[in-house]
Amino acid sequence: MSSATAPDADTPIEKLTLVEAVCDGLYTEMSRDDSVVVLGEDVGKNGGVFRATAGLYEEFGDERVIDTPLAEAGIVGSAIGLALSGMRPVAEMQFMGFIYPAFDQLVSHAARLRSRSHGQYSVPMVVRAPYGGGIHAPEHHSESKEAFFVHEPGLKVVSPSTPYDAKGLLIASLRDPDPVIFLEPKLIYRAFKQAVPTGEYEVPLSDASVRREGSDISVYTWGAMTRPTLIAADNLADEHGVDVEVVDLRTLSPLDIDTIVESFKKTGRAAVVHEAPKTGGLGAEISSTIQEEALLHQEAPIKRITGFDTPMPLHAIEDFYLPQAVRIQEGILETVQF
Amino acid sequence: MSAQKELDQQDTSSPVTIAEQPVQVLDADGNVCPNATLPDLSDETLVSMYEDIKLARRFDERAISLQRQGRIATYAPMTGQEGAQVATSYALDEQDWLFPTYREHAAKYVHGVQLASLLKPLRGIRDGYAVPDGVNVMPEYIPIATQVPQAMGMAWGHKLQGKADHAVLCHLGDGATSEGDFHEGLNFAGVFDVPAVFVCNNNQWAISVPRERQTASETIAQKAQSYGIEGVRVDGLDPLAMYQVTNEALNKAKAPAAGERRPTLIEAVLYRFGAHTTADDPSAYRDEDEANEWKAKDPVDRFGKFLYKQGLLDERLEAEMDARIEATISDAIEAAEQAESDPNQLFEYVYDEMPDRLREQRAELDALREKYGDGAFDGVLE
Repeated sequence: MSSATAPDADTPIEKLTLVEAVCDGLYTEMSRDDSVVVLGEDVGKNGGVFRATAGLYEEFGDERVIDTPLAEAGIVGSAIGLALSGMRPVAEMQFMGFIYPAFDQLVSHAARLRSRSHGQYSVPMVVRAPYGGGIHAPEHHSESKEAFFVHEPGLKVVSPSTPYDAKGLLIASLRDPDPVIFLEPKLIYRAFKQAVPTGEYEVPLSDASVRREGSDISVYTWGAMTRPTLIAADNLADEHGVDVEVVDLRTLSPLDIDTIVESFKKTGRAAVVHEAPKTGGLGAEISSTIQEEALLHQEAPIKRITGFDTPMPLHAIEDFYLPQAVRIQEGILETVQF
Repeated sequence: MSAQKELDQQDTSSPVTIAEQPVQVLDADGNVCPNATLPDLSDETLVSMYEDIKLARRFDERAISLQRQGRIATYAPMTGQEGAQVATSYALDEQDWLFPTYREHAAKYVHGVQLASLLKPLRGIRDGYAVPDGVNVMPEYIPIATQVPQAMGMAWGHKLQGKADHAVLCHLGDGATSEGDFHEGLNFAGVFDVPAVFVCNNNQWAISVPRERQTASETIAQKAQSYGIEGVRVDGLDPLAMYQVTNEALNKAKAPAAGERRPTLIEAVLYRFGAHTTADDPSAYRDEDEANEWKAKDPVDRFGKFLYKQGLLDERLEAEMDARIEATISDAIEAAEQAESDPNQLFEYVYDEMPDRLREQRAELDALREKYGDGAFDGVLE
């Protein structure tokens, strides 16, 4: 991380959950930049269904924290227009499973206005969406569809796994000249607290983070899956003496290929853990990239430990759908023992 | 002149008239309004309708309590909307189809879905969405307004197959009217003149966002005008008015008079007495005095008073009714709580025929469960 984006050394620290850090990131940037506005369903008076915008309406008023009609295409389409006018909109999709009406606006316009206009226009906006399973939510509330957006040139896709990163990545996203899909792992919205500087700082949208150093295998993951992956890594160290390196990608598009490949060259073995279905998931992209860049270092097939190729089930059996530590351990062992 | 008479007297060459005042049959005390006519329902049907409305109210109380105890997950209460739900489903013929949202528990029940089936998805069990053959109810729609074009399409299909007497009744909320799918569905319905009735349960709130923030239109019913179809506003807390208007709309959908178009948009003017779901707290975003004004027109009280005044109900009958309701709901809860979901259901019904790759994934999960036991999958993410 460059020093220009790091917080001041003497900045006060608060212990925040991930969702509080998102809110703090919005607060920090809205305080600094009047052009930042938040819009979406229930983001105002109600403070967001997950409280991600709690207190912002009271602080900044109804012209900057805007309850819109219930219409995702309207929210994202109007956010594109707001961005074109010189505002910095943060559009909230209440759940990722409800983003589809806005898909056309995102892929046909937000993603490509820069290229369509030969560089004349850009769409600097952030679309936030809670995503992922594990909270016993109703149907359509637990999807992980990051691959749809990673597949779309022109969009950046981000998913934090810690409160510190959530704030820093969100501020970086808000300052980014291109549209960013900011995916918030709601399973860990309140799972733990972490020291977060109250002032401004950025976590750049270019760097993966090595969460655990290891020498036997590189495991790539992001968002809510980072925790069970770290648990699996600790278990494997204790029970099998396997030394796992865990790489939290943080930004899914563009990928930090250098960090991915560098880690793989060290270990020669890899697994990818994600909640989304296996087929066409980001695991395939990472696996192919490694083979293109470091084939001669490869000592075993690259394992994908993912959601199954099924719809996200209703919650009674969602724990069987999601990659649990037990599945992650098994997949890692298989790769290490190959 | 009553709003209904205005509608009746309109020129059929210009089928769109928006009633400013909602159609009403009963006043808040259960008296028949001047100029209103009672729908043609037998005494037995009236009493049975009341029992279903009461059952819906009690089901809501029990479901909220089950959620608080952690026995079901997030629940969308319907208190205040039971009268409209039950009455609209009473207006359906058996062959008609129902497209419900996640709040239309009572509408589904009346059209043939078992109470236990309503509870199972709330326990994360998918079988609840499967309804027996012959029960024409779609699984509930959760992404807002997505049901509108689909309901139109099914009605269209019925018409193309010479079965226009199989009407489709589609529920939606006030929030749904902001979505593109609402516009597209109603526009298609008008263009292709299909046997569909769209019931917008305007409960004034889309979670925390008030109706005034959804649309600058004075009414939701008037939106029908832009699609060339009829729009009717009804007092949604008046079950008899809801029945009457829905029944007329369904009749018109199936057998329109010369110059009439089949589809209707009904705006049921009502109120969400409680929270959007058990996951939110209305006191954070609305004044609870507002709810009290609407509660004075409570559909259960109002219909009950009407039945007492008509001599169709007394305390003994009502006590018997309450006992039946308790037993029915308790049985349903017991059945739902005994139901389980096998993890292998993940892989079922993704396709007609399971692809090899999915078969392999199922085998992989089977092997892990065999090796580690199901307990190893439980809550590791927590």
